[in-house]
Amino acid sequence: MATAIPSPKVNHIGLPILEYRGNKSTLCAGCGHQSISERLTEAMFEMGVEPERVIKISGIGCSSKSPAYFLNRSHAFNGVHGRMPAAATGAAVANKNLTVLGLSGDGDSISIGTGQFVHTMRRNLPMIYIIEDNGVYGLTKGQFSATADLGAKLKSGAVNDLPPIDPCALAIQLGASFVGRSFSGDKKQLLAILEAAIAHKGTVLLDVISPCVTFNDHEGSTKSYKFMQANDDPLNDISFVPSFDEISVDYDAGQVCDVKMHDGSSLRLRKLHPDYDPTNKIEAVRTLMESQAKQEVLTGVFYVNPAQPTFIDLLNMVDEPLATLPQSVTRPSKSAFDALMANLK
Amino acid sequence: MAIGDPALDQKQGSLDTHTRVANDFSINVATVNGSGSQSANSVLLKSIFEMGVPVSGKNLFPSNISGQPTWFLIRASKDGYVARKRNSEILIALNPASSQADVAALNAGSVAIYEENLKLDQTRNDLIFYPVPFDKITASVCPDVKKRKLVKNMVYVGVAAQLLSIDIDKVEKALRWQFAKKQKVFDLNFEAVKAGFAYAQEHLTKHDPFVIEPMNENAGKIIIDGNEACAMGAVFAGVTVVAWYPITPSTSTIETTTDLLKQLRLTPEGKATFAVVQAEDELAAIGIVLGAGWAGARSMTATSGPGMSLMAEFCGLGYYAEVPGVIINVQRVGPSTGLPTRTQQADLLSAAFLSHGDTKHPILLPTTMKECFELTQQAFDLAERLQTPVFVLTDTDIGMNDWSSDSFDYPAKPLDRGKVLTAEDLERQGGFARYRDVDGDGIGWRTLPGTLHPKASYFTRGSGHNDVARYSETPEDYESNMDRLARKFETARTLVPAPVIVKNGASKIGFIAYGSTDCALRESLDQIKERYGKDVDYLRIRAYPFSSEIHDFVASHERIYVAEQNRDGQMASLLKLDLAADQVGKLRSILHYGGLPVDAESITELFAAKEGF
Repeated sequence: MATAIPSPKVNHIGLPILEYRGNKSTLCAGCGHQSISERLTEAMFEMGVEPERVIKISGIGCSSKSPAYFLNRSHAFNGVHGRMPAAATGAAVANKNLTVLGLSGDGDSISIGTGQFVHTMRRNLPMIYIIEDNGVYGLTKGQFSATADLGAKLKSGAVNDLPPIDPCALAIQLGASFVGRSFSGDKKQLLAILEAAIAHKGTVLLDVISPCVTFNDHEGSTKSYKFMQANDDPLNDISFVPSFDEISVDYDAGQVCDVKMHDGSSLRLRKLHPDYDPTNKIEAVRTLMESQAKQEVLTGVFYVNPAQPTFIDLLNMVDEPLATLPQSVTRPSKSAFDALMANLK
Repeated sequence: MAIGDPALDQKQGSLDTHTRVANDFSINVATVNGSGSQSANSVLLKSIFEMGVPVSGKNLFPSNISGQPTWFLIRASKDGYVARKRNSEILIALNPASSQADVAALNAGSVAIYEENLKLDQTRNDLIFYPVPFDKITASVCPDVKKRKLVKNMVYVGVAAQLLSIDIDKVEKALRWQFAKKQKVFDLNFEAVKAGFAYAQEHLTKHDPFVIEPMNENAGKIIIDGNEACAMGAVFAGVTVVAWYPITPSTSTIETTTDLLKQLRLTPEGKATFAVVQAEDELAAIGIVLGAGWAGARSMTATSGPGMSLMAEFCGLGYYAEVPGVIINVQRVGPSTGLPTRTQQADLLSAAFLSHGDTKHPILLPTTMKECFELTQQAFDLAERLQTPVFVLTDTDIGMNDWSSDSFDYPAKPLDRGKVLTAEDLERQGGFARYRDVDGDGIGWRTLPGTLHPKASYFTRGSGHNDVARYSETPEDYESNMDRLARKFETARTLVPAPVIVKNGASKIGFIAYGSTDCALRESLDQIKERYGKDVDYLRIRAYPFSSEIHDFVASHERIYVAEQNRDGQMASLLKLDLAADQVGKLRSILHYGGLPVDAESITELFAAKEGF
């Protein structure tokens, strides 16, 4: 007797979630990065993004290996240490119709790659830039990175005595148009922010605290699961309503900040901190600095400006990707050539 | 005296002041940099060009914005020699700081045109002096005190034109060329030229032998510098993504490219078919180039030595992950910051092997302006055909000096975009293996991101990978991949431009040179023939890896002199790595590396000494 196999759930472009998965992970069991890969898989599936229109660019480190573990149907570019932003910029400019997903870590972005991080934020390049932030160098077995908190302890007992760099405060100041922080263990929040990130057209900088179970999950670490569970202070309760879904209101309007994304979707932020305005840069940076002083880890969407022109807008390019423009468009005519020659005589 | 002062490089001799010397001398214009003399130098050069006489210019300038001595050498040569001439016969001394030394360096019988109040005629009695009150003449035509410093330069153009019998209407034409759309600027400058001309006519009695006589050698020719010619090459190769970081002496390559793109590559709606990104550093510039090349764009950067050093890691990724991109390196003098505005050919080895591991890169080596244009185009085709970074190496001399050139030809061949699979191809063949050598030439087929087919994607990585682009650390996969890359480099050997060979009979001696050494070497070959009665053969290398003709040339000669502008004989070293063991001993180096463009005398003397003439 044949049993009917239930057909798998498909998204609004008709693909099952299987088509968004990647290879089997070689990261440590329990690694926060793996949860991020899973949320990215779900977010791309839920949003109905064609995987072939996504590119995954990464640098070097545990975080930068993760693009192999999701979205196998997307092209990937695993480049050199700290230089993900440059490769992403080149690819984004070459084909402006792609969704650019940049995967980086705290070492990759905030130490060796600080220069590129800074300038990419400044350009507001259309991309989702994720820092999988565990405060340590995993592949070289657990040295502090520049996001390690003051006083954090390594397994060996070594104490970090330099202040951390906060990628979020930096990104807001530099010009990124969507800045947030999440925790790999907070499935709901991370998924909602990622869905909104996909709908956003400028730079999304998302710092995701992602505990390193092998080198930084012990007592005294400020990037451990335990520390995050105790100190995570969500700024807002986030939900995302894609443009293809109907909006159903179930919030107290006074407590809700609705951000209209450029594709018609909306990012709904229910305020957990009274009077927080995610469109005010100065307030965002002040709030981040205050929370850091209190040793709390503020998460949520800190700043968003869907209308800010992107680097691609500034380049004023033709609609068709530069990568596929035919010779008839890219090689000037014989008459243009002759005119140039005449000017040189 | 600063290093690079041409005065240091001169030897005393005596000129015959009675025989008329037409179209065969060099003028050294000594000024202060930042004084605006560049336009005047250019106008004088173009005036001689307009007289139909072969002419070349060498700007020997300091790494400084203003206030330091600078020299501009203009060589008129009826025989068409365009290398720097070691001795200038005519000095135009406008810089009080360097004038004493500049005059001291002249050969007896040479000419010095100088600012009257410098009283240079009191320093020597074996020169021909023409004192000129430049400041007074300038004041008479330019009431605006602020503009006098600039206008003064044009006065010397008028004086020189009159003394050298250059037609004033040719100067006018050159001036129009220089200030194409600026009528007021033209008017003011032409007044200055005429005032200088008139002064010379009325107050100076010609008693030197140097004159410009009309010839007809420049019909159909253009004047251009190498950076501009490379920029044109890029634009006509259909470059779409340009990323860069400013660095002397390459900067004008990208500035010109940008200008040309804005001029030629906007749609009627004003939309750009290109993107130019000024990056935060060269690390980012090459990263953007390779990111764009990976995504399918024709991408390029231009840089110089220090910038190329910063690009090393990414270039290794480009080689190993097989990503196209074009890197123009306008070489300056190293090591380190070196002499930023001077010329050298000393980045050859570092370009060939840029990055760690068994990395190597194809290099194109243009000499002429036409080659700058054509080889830059070819670099894009090769980068995409070979799926690898391709270097174009020029230098300060080629890149920043004005050269007279044959007109370029509109590209006849279509762009070669290399092996790219479309969604239809993938559907037909059921997928692909990114790094599999299906054609036996070492080059796999690639897909571009955004290709709408479920089997289009692959994982590009700088870590070990197998032929289906999966991570692998097995010795078998690693070696098989590296061996294929070596095979691809053998394919490159057959695709790069062949050398140019000049056979002079059955000589046992051959010369090898490349790039900007060529112009001095060709003159040197004539000197060797004239002085020692020796015919020698000459091969000019135009690319690395070396094609078979280069091996054949070495094999068919007893001794090979490799002339180049660096201390260590880098091309000779590169050749030695490639030649059969029994051929290596044939190579001898002739080296010139002080930072000034090589001159023929230097090559001839070193050759004669080594040959025992």
